[in-house]
Formats: sequence, C-alpha cells, structure tokens
Amino acid sequence: MATPLVELRNISIAFGGIKAVDNVTVDLYPGEVVGLLGHNGAGKSTLIKCLSGAYRRDSGQILINGEEVQINNPRDAKALGIETIYQALALADNVDAAANLYLGREILTRWGTLDDVAMEAEARKVMGRLNPNFRRFKEPAKSLSGGQRQSVAIARAILFNARILIMDEPTAALGPHETQMVADLIHELKRQGLGIFLIDHDVHSVKKLCDRAAVMKNGQLVGIVKVDEVTEDDILAMIILGKRPDQLTPKDKEAVH
Amino acid sequence: MVTTTERGGSGQDIRRDNPIKAFFRATELDTRILGMVGAMLVIWVIFDVWSGMLRPNEGLFGGAFLTPRNLWTLLVQTSSIAVMTTGMVLVIVMREIDLSVGSMLSMVAVFGAVLQVYHLGPALGVGHPAIWIIAMAACLLAGTLVGAFNGYLIAFLQIPSFIVTLGGLIAYKGVAFLLASGETVAPMDKTFKIVGGGVPEGWLGPFWSWTLGILACIGIVLALISGRKQRKKFGFPLRPIWAEVTLAAIGSAAVLGTTRVVTSYPWPFKLIEQYATANNVPIPQGVEDKSGAAICMAGDQIVRCTDGLIYYTGYAAPVLIALIVGGAMTFLASRTRFGRYIYAIGGNPEAAQLAGINTRLVTVKVFALMGFLVGLSAIIASARLDAATNALGQSNELYVIAAAVIGGTSLAGGVGTVYGALLGALTMQSIQSGMQLLNLPAAFQDIVVGTVLVIAVFVDQLYRRRIK
Repeated sequence: MATPLVELRNISIAFGGIKAVDNVTVDLYPGEVVGLLGHNGAGKSTLIKCLSGAYRRDSGQILINGEEVQINNPRDAKALGIETIYQALALADNVDAAANLYLGREILTRWGTLDDVAMEAEARKVMGRLNPNFRRFKEPAKSLSGGQRQSVAIARAILFNARILIMDEPTAALGPHETQMVADLIHELKRQGLGIFLIDHDVHSVKKLCDRAAVMKNGQLVGIVKVDEVTEDDILAMIILGKRPDQLTPKDKEAVH
Repeated sequence: MVTTTERGGSGQDIRRDNPIKAFFRATELDTRILGMVGAMLVIWVIFDVWSGMLRPNEGLFGGAFLTPRNLWTLLVQTSSIAVMTTGMVLVIVMREIDLSVGSMLSMVAVFGAVLQVYHLGPALGVGHPAIWIIAMAACLLAGTLVGAFNGYLIAFLQIPSFIVTLGGLIAYKGVAFLLASGETVAPMDKTFKIVGGGVPEGWLGPFWSWTLGILACIGIVLALISGRKQRKKFGFPLRPIWAEVTLAAIGSAAVLGTTRVVTSYPWPFKLIEQYATANNVPIPQGVEDKSGAAICMAGDQIVRCTDGLIYYTGYAAPVLIALIVGGAMTFLASRTRFGRYIYAIGGNPEAAQLAGINTRLVTVKVFALMGFLVGLSAIIASARLDAATNALGQSNELYVIAAAVIGGTSLAGGVGTVYGALLGALTMQSIQSGMQLLNLPAAFQDIVVGTVLVIAVFVDQLYRRRIK
C-alpha cells in the first residue's frame, strides 16, 4: 500500500487536565478527502490544530510522507506544505485581499520593500480562477461578503502549492451557490493530488465530498469508515452514540432514527 | 457587475457620481484627512482674526497667528510630540497603548543631561565633540532598551500594556527624579543644543530650505510617476492624468508653501547683531525703524530698520527631524513587512499568528521603536529647553495619545496613519498656542483641548458610520 501523505499517530493534547484529544490516530492519502466529524467539543478542531501548528501536541507523532516531522508553529506547518482554512476565516479585516493572501509571505521588491503591485497582480490571477466576479481588490476585508471572504481564504491556501489542505467548516457561512463553488474546488484539488482534511458538522456534505470519515467523540476516535460503505445514519450513530456501525444494536439504530 | 471602462484608481465606476465625488474617487485622496486639514485651517483663521481684534498684527487676517513667526514657532513646538506620535500610532494600531512615554522622556532626558553635564563634561572637557555624540547615542539607546523592556513584559509575560505602561508612567518618573535628585540639570552641550532649534546653527537657512523643498517636490512627482508605471506594467486601472497632476500640484503646493513660511521668519534682531559683529559682516547704513526686522547703522549705532542686513531661519532642526521621522515611519508602516504585520495584528491578532507572524517579536519591536522615538524626543525637548528636569515630559503621554486619536487612529486597533497623527499633533498644538496668543488662562486651554479631543473622535465616528 502507498505511503500516507499524513499520519497522525497517537496524538494527545490536554488543556488544564481535560483531555481534548486522547490518543487519536488518523491518516490521509494523496488525492483523498477525509472528513472529521463529531459534536462541538469532540476534539476535531483541536486535533487538526496540532497538524496546522496552532497547538503543540502533548504526545504522539506526525508523519509526512512516512517521515516524522516537528510542527511547533504555523510557520513549520506551512513550510511542509500544510495550509489551513479556518472556520473563523482568519483574515485581517483591515487590510485588502492581496495583503491577506500574502500575509506572512509577502512578495518583496529587490530593495526589500513590499511589492504591493506584484501581490495584487497575483491576487487578481488566483481570484480570477476562483471567483471571477471578484473586483474589490482595494477594499479592506471587512467590507467583503461572506462568500468573498471565503474565496480569499481558499485562494490563500492554494496560492502556495499546498500538498495538504485543512478546511474547517469551509461552507458554514455560505449560500448555496458559494457552497457549490467550494465543492467544485475540493474536487479539483483532489484531482490534483492534494490530501484534504475536511472538518464538518453536516453528515450530508461529508458523504458527498469525502472518501473516508473519521468520527470523534469526547476527544477519542470512534472510528474511520469509507463513506460509500456506510449510510448517513451509520455516521450519525457514530457521532451521537460513539459506536461503529458493526457495534450497533438494533435498538441503537432505532434511536438514531 | 460593472462593465464601464472609466474607472478611478480603485477600479470603481466613477461615471455616475457627481463631480465632487468623482474627483475624490479619481485622486484617491483621503477625505477624512482633507477634512482634518480643513478644520485646522479654520482654527488658524479664527485665531488670527480673533487675535487681530485684540491687537492688530501682521498676520494674514490682521492677527498674530498666521504670521511666519508664529507658524515657525508652532512647528518647532509640535516636533517633540510629533516624533513620539508617529510611534504611538503603530502601538495603538497594534491594539496596545503606551502610557509611559511622558515619564520615559523625562527619565531619558535627565539621564542624557546628567551624563553630559556631570560626567562627560568634567572628564573630556566642556565642549568636546565626543560629548554630544555619546550623549545622543546614550539617549537613543536608553529609550530603545526601556521600550523593549516594556514590550518584553507585554509580549512574553502577557501583562496588559495598559498596566505595564501605567506602571512605567509612575516608576520612570521616580527614576527621573532620583537621577538628578530632582534638580534641573543644565546647560547642555553646545552641539547637542542645535537639535532643539533654539540657536542659529539649528536653522537651515533659506538656500538649503528651498533646495530641500524643491527636492521634496521632485520626489513627489517621481513617486507618482513610478507608481503609475508599476500599475501600468500589470495592466491595473489607472488614475486619470488630471488626477495625477492635481495630486502632484497639491503635494508640491503644501511643501513650497511651508518652505515659503519658514524662510520668511527672520532671525531675532539681537542674534543678527551678534552674528554680524562676531563675523565682521558689514552692516549697511539706514534709517531707524522700530518695526523692522533687519539691522542698519545709523551713525555708529546699530538700529532696527526695514531695509538692511537680515537673515532668515528656514527649517529648524527639530522640525526637520520630525519631518524625516514622519517620512521614515510612513515608509515603515506602509512599505515594509514589519509595518504590514503591525496592521495585520491590529486587524486580527489570531489571524496574524495563524499566518505565521511572530506576533510577540513584533510587539517587542514596536515598543522598542516607541522607546527609540521617546529617546529622540527627549533629545529634542532637553536641547530646546537647554536643560533637563524630571518634569520635562509631564503629561506628554496624554498629548501624544490625543494627537494620534485626533489624527484618526482607532483605539480598537488596526486603523491609523502616521501622517494623520502628525496632523493631529499640529492641530492640538495650534489650539494650545492659539489660546496662548489670546492670553487665555492655562486652565481654560486644558478644558478646550480636552473638549476638542472628545469632539474630534465623535465627528470621526460619525464620518466612519456614514461611509460604511
């Protein structure tokens, strides 16, 4: 079997004695979308933040292409080709789209100053692919609509040739049209061989977009299933009851319905 | 979707707007700043008219405010606060505050004065050229270190900046007192004093002032041309040519107008006399005229006259320093990574951190920079006073913060410009010196300045709400 793009092995992290993530192992292959599901507080966002460098795990290993790596901050993660699109759309509201796209990785002129014009040119190119109607390159991010902000956030992630993409509820704040746009984009990135972790609440969209689903409850991994081998109800049961489909009793099945 | 072809530089459709709106769209002028400039000019005219009603003078409207002498003094008085304000903008943009700048100024100024008067003077001999170099370097270094220390406490020990610098406000004042046992330390080194702009060596003179003014105008034109070229290269929307020309004209007019004013202020009569006698400059014969600013020989006596030997000051050293600092800080804020990070942190600290920005290090650097500028202001203030006391920077933190806020810096973070803050400092100083000209009591001045601060922020909020 091929080497996984990412392996999170026995990851644990605790905050003030509470185990937010407890000994979780998940892997991700190139061209694959793995959904991470669970209630609020199940630990999915926390787990993924260990990979994106926002948190430091207490124990466990992270392997990229089979090699163990150290990820201590967001810069380390980015250097490994791991890009994250956060739920809260981590944009600086007071600067424009190009400045947000290049935040932390600005293009500089040969005198070491910001090359805003070059950044705007690149921004226009990438935004032209993602959201051709986008025109507001000179306005601060706070004046953009939810969909426009989301396209800026996605553009930022793909601009630097990410290999591994983490999407934290990418469609939560979007209308139907924009949601479809994100779905198309995920398919396209998958085709290009990226590995994607998709955190989502919505079982339906996970079933549609993902290859496998990893379900977490109370910081622990309930199980990982192939989405086309289970029903939406099975996944729901994993989320609610914390049991894999093969562990379900007929009574459980009724409870979920 | 907009499909028209005529656009302003921001790419918006300008055809449907009325001419005034179209003008601002096309030139991309900051209407907020223009409003501030307008308000300041109104204040100036009011002071000139008012003071003229009390006692007619040579001002533009018959008063004592719009005279070269008053405007020149106004610029010199503003410079110490102005230098610090440029740093305070960045501190506030980053959602922090520095309340310690006034006490820090006193502390650094007394430190620099004690060093040159009590230590370097006796050791090297008064007037030794190393004295001013060491003293200035020591002030800048001390300011930077104290600022970095503030920043370290804020960024790494996570103590709120309000508390750290409130502590600094109280503690540094104590240090300033202890350094010289509460005494006034004077006089300053001769060369050190030049920075204060109180001696002829600290004045640029008309020739160099005009040279500098013209160079600045050329710089403005070149900057506009290179910006246009850049945008053209990438095929971005361009400003109409008339808008570019208007911008160049406005910028140049401001520079040349200021130069005209400062080069019209003659040296004090006594100094011309001293300089002429010391350097054996021939003094022409003339008729005495007590209202003149030049000097003449009437018989063998030196008298004042209208048409005789006269020198003009031009830009004063502290004003030049403030202008250079203003330019450098604008560059830092808008053209460098460091500046971009400061704004990004102010806009969304979490996003900045997730983007891989080392927010703690940026915080320390910003406070260190603030400290450096306090050191510079300490040099200017003590050089101008020709002494340092532990009361030198008293209440300066309030004026510096007020200037930044009047200049459009939002205490919520993320928003603010260096040039706005400089204008804020100038506006506030205008109000203060205007009221001094009118002989209003100091208590009344405080009331007005405080009121203006509150009104300015209120008007600013109205403006922002309207354009949203």
